Amino acid sequence: MRYDLEIIAGWVKPGSRVLDLGCGTGELLYYLKKEKQVRGSGIESSEDQVTACIEKGLQVLQGDINEEIRDYPDACFDYVILSQTLQQVYQPQELLQELLRVGKQVIVSFPNFSHWSIRLQLLFRGYAPKNRQLPYDWYDTPNIRVITLKDFRHFAKKFHCRIDREAAVRSPKGAGPGRLLRFLPNLRATYGIFLISRR
Amino acid sequence: MSEYIEHDIRGVSVGLTEKLFYTFAEPPGQLILESGARLGPITLAYEMVGRLNENRDNAILVTHALTGDSHLAGYYHRDDPRPGWWDTMIGPGKGIDTDRYCAICVNVLGGCMGSTGPSSLNPQTGRPYGLSFPLVTIGDMVKAQKALLDHLGIERLLAVVGGSVGGMQALEWSVRYPGLVRACIPLATTSHHSALAIAFNEIGRQAVMSDPNFNKGDYYDGKRPDLGLALARMIGHVTYLSDESLRQKFGRRLQDRQNFSFNFDADFQVESYLRYQGSKFVQRFDANSYLYITKAADYYDLRQQHGHGSEVEGFASARAKFLVVSFTSDWLYPTYQSRNMVKALKKNGLDVSFVEIEADCGHDAFLLPNQRLSGLIARFLARVAEEG
Repeated sequence: MRYDLEIIAGWVKPGSRVLDLGCGTGELLYYLKKEKQVRGSGIESSEDQVTACIEKGLQVLQGDINEEIRDYPDACFDYVILSQTLQQVYQPQELLQELLRVGKQVIVSFPNFSHWSIRLQLLFRGYAPKNRQLPYDWYDTPNIRVITLKDFRHFAKKFHCRIDREAAVRSPKGAGPGRLLRFLPNLRATYGIFLISRR
Repeated sequence: MSEYIEHDIRGVSVGLTEKLFYTFAEPPGQLILESGARLGPITLAYEMVGRLNENRDNAILVTHALTGDSHLAGYYHRDDPRPGWWDTMIGPGKGIDTDRYCAICVNVLGGCMGSTGPSSLNPQTGRPYGLSFPLVTIGDMVKAQKALLDHLGIERLLAVVGGSVGGMQALEWSVRYPGLVRACIPLATTSHHSALAIAFNEIGRQAVMSDPNFNKGDYYDGKRPDLGLALARMIGHVTYLSDESLRQKFGRRLQDRQNFSFNFDADFQVESYLRYQGSKFVQRFDANSYLYITKAADYYDLRQQHGHGSEVEGFASARAKFLVVSFTSDWLYPTYQSRNMVKALKKNGLDVSFVEIEADCGHDAFLLPNQRLSGLIARFLARVAEEG
């Protein structure tokens, strides 16, 4: 499993109720179901990926996360997970409020735009930065939001969220696990993972 | 639904199956229908494929669509040219695996394929009921199916699976007998007909009733309203297809000719095809049953019957796990109708999965061989069976 998903899985308490938004082929949900006896649901927009999920024995709906999230009753999940998607959301604040309504806690992960390599690219090359987490050209990127770890902390404070846990992660160069960072995370992390709840 | 009865390309089949009958509701214990009318005795034709296990907890009720019947899969006899209507879905190792499950299909109440309907003899008069047959509803059909399951000693269904009007019955099962249904798989269906669907059904009924041979439904001694029924079928059939599938299948190609006839013969292939579909249909279907079943489908509104007009409240009693499937080119029961159901199911905190399958063959997509659909159903059923 992807390293960020492993960290997320580590934060989820066994037997809880989980909603995974943009769950892809259900890798995380499947793991949580098998290893943590979680009652999981997922939302995914691609027919192929939804099919893959259901064929894994998962409960998944095909739809748009911004729309589908609205139908759930308040606090009906222990965790709502938005993994590597926040940077693609048109109205992040609205969506996060919805996630916090539906879930008691929300886990969000996103690529860190203040990583040193991105800063250097912008400073020295003058082009919109690209790296492995953000591999797209400016004109065809789904990533319409530029977020840094600091930005997210600031955002959480402004909109009355409590950060219960956070992890700054450096992706490995080749294959292999990533690394958790403590020193200068905003500069060194390629992505961040936050566990937040309503204050 | 249209007729696509196809042989399994791999030749995998449940083998020989038989049409079984069960009669109940003998007077004075008639079934009280939703309209308040009493009906009895009632005979139901049904088919069982696969084996009921010892605990009798592997039964799957398959509910058929408007013009289907109890003949699900396999063949009635060795020389039978055609298998049951869902042979591609039901059999060993298929979407509904008869090595694991026992699939049961009942010809609907009001039908004409062995179950009591308007063409059956009214025991009080010794003549066919005709239009004196009481109007039956989707709820009545489901109540009759429940009576059969009681008779078979099946207390709980692993799943109810159905497409189109069969999907309505599956939905009805999930809210009428919530404790008895572990899973519900409504395919290409809706909790209530749109005005569009009612409109097409009404045109079909008008076609039947305006046939000179209709004789207020009392035509069993003489000529039958075949022209009207064939016309109804032609109209219905178009609504089961799509612009895309018609374009691919026929385009503007001419039938057995190079040039227009400059009269009203069937110039185009699509005309000739529809005429053929119509004429084939009247050989096997009763015009009155067509009226009764389309009316039952039009009357059906899960929101009104179970939720005081609210879809969310309508599903409040449901307990099953749901797999809802729609098809992109289905304009008779478009995806938004499935989405509305899914929304209501979610609001009730139910376990629901939903997929919109890309298919260009219109409403009939649920009937056609479809690997994706088979895989989804197989894995979903396996999960439900596992999770108990």
